[in-house]
Amino acid sequence: MIGVKVVKRPESEVSYLRAALQGMVVTFRHILRPKVTMEYPEEKSTKEWSLSPRWRGTHRMLTDEQGRAKCVACGLCPQICPANCIKLVPGEDEEGNRYPLIYEIDEFRCIFCGYCQEVCPEEAIHVGVHYENAEYDRSRFVYDLERLCAQTHQVSTLWDPADPKGE
Amino acid sequence: MTPELKGFLLAASVKIVLVFSAWMVGVMFATWLERRQAAFMQDRLGPNRVGPAGLLQPVADGLKNFLKEETWPVWVDRPLFVLAPLMSFIPSLLTFAVIPFAAPLPGFDFTLPVLGRFTYQGPVPMVVADLPIGFLFILAVSSMAVYGVVLAGWSSASKYAMLGGIRSSAQMVSYEISLGMSLITVFILSGNVTLSQVVATQQRSVWFVLALTVAFVLFLISALAENNRLPFDLPEAEAELTAGYHTEYSAMKFSMFYIAEYAAVITMCALISTLFFGGWDIPFTHWDEGPPSLARFLVTLLAFGAKTLFFLFTYIWIRWTLPRFRFDQLMELGWKVMLPVALGYVMVVAAAVYVLERAGLTLGLRYGLVLLALNVVLTVGLLFGLDRGRLLAGSRRQERPRMAA
Repeated sequence: MIGVKVVKRPESEVSYLRAALQGMVVTFRHILRPKVTMEYPEEKSTKEWSLSPRWRGTHRMLTDEQGRAKCVACGLCPQICPANCIKLVPGEDEEGNRYPLIYEIDEFRCIFCGYCQEVCPEEAIHVGVHYENAEYDRSRFVYDLERLCAQTHQVSTLWDPADPKGE
Repeated sequence: MTPELKGFLLAASVKIVLVFSAWMVGVMFATWLERRQAAFMQDRLGPNRVGPAGLLQPVADGLKNFLKEETWPVWVDRPLFVLAPLMSFIPSLLTFAVIPFAAPLPGFDFTLPVLGRFTYQGPVPMVVADLPIGFLFILAVSSMAVYGVVLAGWSSASKYAMLGGIRSSAQMVSYEISLGMSLITVFILSGNVTLSQVVATQQRSVWFVLALTVAFVLFLISALAENNRLPFDLPEAEAELTAGYHTEYSAMKFSMFYIAEYAAVITMCALISTLFFGGWDIPFTHWDEGPPSLARFLVTLLAFGAKTLFFLFTYIWIRWTLPRFRFDQLMELGWKVMLPVALGYVMVVAAAVYVLERAGLTLGLRYGLVLLALNVVLTVGLLFGLDRGRLLAGSRRQERPRMAA
């Protein structure tokens, strides 16, 4: 026969009545407490909670002083992209400067790893600190070059500047 | 038609329409309060978007349920499947009809151009039907609520719903008894089963919560069980039975169950305030018992509303605090604790009333205070028994495993 040790607990611990009344007091106190809810569309960040600067969201292409994309169409980002979501067709102008003829990112395919930003030698393509991406149409999720340049949100730092090695 | 008949019909129909609409708005408010209060107890805000403070949320929910698709599971018994939500809705509606909700209004006598003369002699009682059989009617009608749940469980042809229905029939039948038994003491004291007389008796002496504390506690617990509210919501225990008896229901038919639940809760709250908290009586003053007037009507209506609201709050408070009982614990509580205590209490009250009447005391303040003293002693004794685990213990009755030698 298996022996089971029955622990004799004091009545103050097993009394249903006291536990129930204590519970009622606890729930009543919580009614009066400050609420933790963040009311989203009006309030997007509070002192306690805000989006990390390392957040990797939808992309943004940085532009130079003339408003052209910084991209030189080197082809590193489509090469490294594990989801194969970047479509790049390079072009060259009369002075021999390379630029993208077509630069499209399929945000549905993207896994937001941030490799494109890490690999970019010109610091042109970035993942952004941004999450409000709703659209009415699936086709709107393929961002073309114009749209990528038009994004204004903050770009991701990918790592914490104070702790670059992630220690 | 005589002017008296027309006056009676007018008063009755106005009361019916007003009570029904106020009650339905109350149901809406109750669903809103449930969600908001639950949220506040969990440090959240709850629905606060639709309308001021989210008060129109129930309207949005209702609209949504109207527009949703009705699903008909293949094997359901269609007539009963449709009947069940109505059956659970109607009893609480009928019960509300006998609850007096305010001081009476003065009678009227006026003439309209086409319809003729309307008269109503004497005060107009503010109750839809002041039945002489008062809470016998309540007991009879509230027992019918179990049919809705059982029919829903049976006609759904689903195991979850079926089990929910079976559980609820066992539960509601068990607690019906202690509900009725706790009411007998009210009947002994007021000497009448008409609810308006119960209110009048409390105005003359003390509120029955003081004179019959134990009966009030028993009634409150059985009321929770009758309404299938936590900690007794076993018919719809979501952890075990998905949604219990209304698992297979969708759209407006589900909504009917939802409305019925809150309607029953509001009715029960109103009933508790009427039976034990003086109904529309305002304490410490006899102003509200004066001759009928509009001001008295309004103030007493507010008092009744405030009491009902307080119990609604308590219901929700209990729901979001206490965990659900196990089924055997529920049955043990119902049959082995509530019923004997209720029966014994009827004896004690009957004896006390007999002794008091023999001593020449008539129903009044002193009479009530003597009963209050008796109740304090009884309540302390009961609480002591409960607290020591003698009356209510979870697994105490299981066989203790023996220690290995």
